[in-house]
Amino acid sequence: MNAVANYNFAYLDEQTKRMIRRAILKAVAIPGYQVPFSSREMPMPYGWGTGGVQVTASIIGPDDVLKVIDQGADDTTNAVSIRAFFAKVAQVQTTTHTAEASIIQTRHRIPERKLEAGQILVYQVPIPEPLRFLEPRETETRKMHALEEYGLMHVKLYEDIARHGRIATTYAYPVKVEGRYVMDPSPTPKFDNPKMHRSEALQLFGAGREHRIYAVPPHTDVVSLDFEDHPFTIQHFEQPCALCGAEQVYLDEVILDDRGGHMYVCSDTDHCEERREAGHVGVLGMKEAAE
Amino acid sequence: MLSHDFGAGFADPVVDAQAAFRAVLDALANPGTQQKLAGSSDGSGALGRELASTLLTLSDHDTTIWLSPALDVDAVKGFVGFHTGATIVDDPAKANFAFVALGDAMPELARCNLGSQEYPDRSTTIIAEVPDLSGGATLVLRGPGIRETQEISPVGLPGDFVAQWSDNRQLFPRGVDLLLVAGGQVMGLPRSSRIVEA
Repeated sequence: MNAVANYNFAYLDEQTKRMIRRAILKAVAIPGYQVPFSSREMPMPYGWGTGGVQVTASIIGPDDVLKVIDQGADDTTNAVSIRAFFAKVAQVQTTTHTAEASIIQTRHRIPERKLEAGQILVYQVPIPEPLRFLEPRETETRKMHALEEYGLMHVKLYEDIARHGRIATTYAYPVKVEGRYVMDPSPTPKFDNPKMHRSEALQLFGAGREHRIYAVPPHTDVVSLDFEDHPFTIQHFEQPCALCGAEQVYLDEVILDDRGGHMYVCSDTDHCEERREAGHVGVLGMKEAAE
Repeated sequence: MLSHDFGAGFADPVVDAQAAFRAVLDALANPGTQQKLAGSSDGSGALGRELASTLLTLSDHDTTIWLSPALDVDAVKGFVGFHTGATIVDDPAKANFAFVALGDAMPELARCNLGSQEYPDRSTTIIAEVPDLSGGATLVLRGPGIRETQEISPVGLPGDFVAQWSDNRQLFPRGVDLLLVAGGQVMGLPRSSRIVEA
C-alpha cells in the first residue's frame, strides 16, 4: 500500500495551492513587492524553509525535476529532507545537477552555473522585509514601500561606512528591483547578488513564518544599493577551491584539524563535483590523488 | 425547472490546474509570449475552453469574479457556482478576476480595482478571450520579463487600448494585469509592461 495515498499531490490541498498561486501571479506582476499570503502549517518547523516548500508545492508538476540546495550543498540535512519530501509527496524526479533541474529550491545560495530560461529558482526566506530591523512596525514599513521612502536604508549603509570605512553588509544585501521596490534577496552572500540581475530564470521567494511571497521575473533589473564613492563590490577569495581549483566562485572554509589547518572549497557542491569529473584538480585534490 | 447540467470541470483537477497555472505563470513572467493553455474542461456556453481553464485554476470561494454580458447567463453562473463557489459581482471594481467572453467589450481598465499604494496586489486581473493572439496591429512591449523588446499583435483589443494601458502603467505599482486567451494559448500582460504602437 502506498503510505502517502492520503495526501494530495505535492502535499498541499488544492484550495491552498490556488491561494498561493494567486499570490505568486501578483508577485510576478509587481516585481519585488511582498504579497501577503495565508501561510500554512507544514510538516517541518518554521526556519526550515516552509515558505519555499509551499511555493514549490504550488508550482510543481509531475514532469518537473527538482533540485534542492542548502548553502550551495545538495547533501546537507535541509536539502536532503526537502528533496525526499517532494520525492515522496509529489513523486517527482530529483537531481543534484543544476543543468537538469526545472525547479531549484534554495536556502541562501544561487548556483554557480548560469541559470537558463524556463528554470525556476525558489528561495527560502526567513525575514522578507529589508526594512524590518530599521523599522519594526509593519504599518510603517508598508507605508515606506508605498511611498518609495528608502532613505533609511541608505542611512544604514552610510553608518556602515562611517563605522567601518566600507559597507560591512555581506549577506541579505538590499537590492532595488526594476528601479522601484527595495527587496531582501534572502540571506544569500552578496557574492550572489549580481547573478540575480537580468537572470534568465524566474525567481520566486517564499517566507512561511512571515506570510510573504515575492518574485523577480526573468530579465529584470536587480541592483544592489550603494554610493557613488562606495560602489557595491562582491567578496573576493585569495585562493581557488582546494578540491577543484575553481576561481571566481564562492568558497566555504572547512576546518581540517585542531592545529589551525583549514581549506577553502566550493560552496556549490554540484559545481565542484562536475569540475572534478571534468579533470580539474585543486591543491588538496592533487595531494589526495598522489597518495 | 433549473438545469443542472453545467458542463464538466477538469477531468484531472490536480494535474490540469497545475498545468494551466504554469502556463499562466510563464505567460506573466514572460510578457507577450504565447503559452500553451491545455485544459480538459469544455467550459459552458460562451465560457470557452481557455476561459474555463483559467477560471477553474484561479477562482474559488475566496475570490470575487465579474462576468462580461455574454457570460452573465444561468449556464455560466451555474458552472462558476458549481465548480468554484466564487462570488459573482456586478462591478469589475469589486472583482478579483474579470472574465470577458469572445466578442464582449473589455471593462475599461480604470473602472477595475486598481489596488492601493500599500496593497497593489488587491487589484483586478482581467482574463479576456480574443479572436486571435496574432495578426492584429503590432504593439511593442518593454519591461520586466522581456530581454529587450517583445512584439505582439493580438486581435480584438479595445480601440484605445494603448492609451488605457499607458494610464494603467502610470499607476504602477497599482494597476490591472491582463491575460489574453485564444486558440489554446494564453498571453500575459502584467501591469509592469510598457506598451507602445510599433
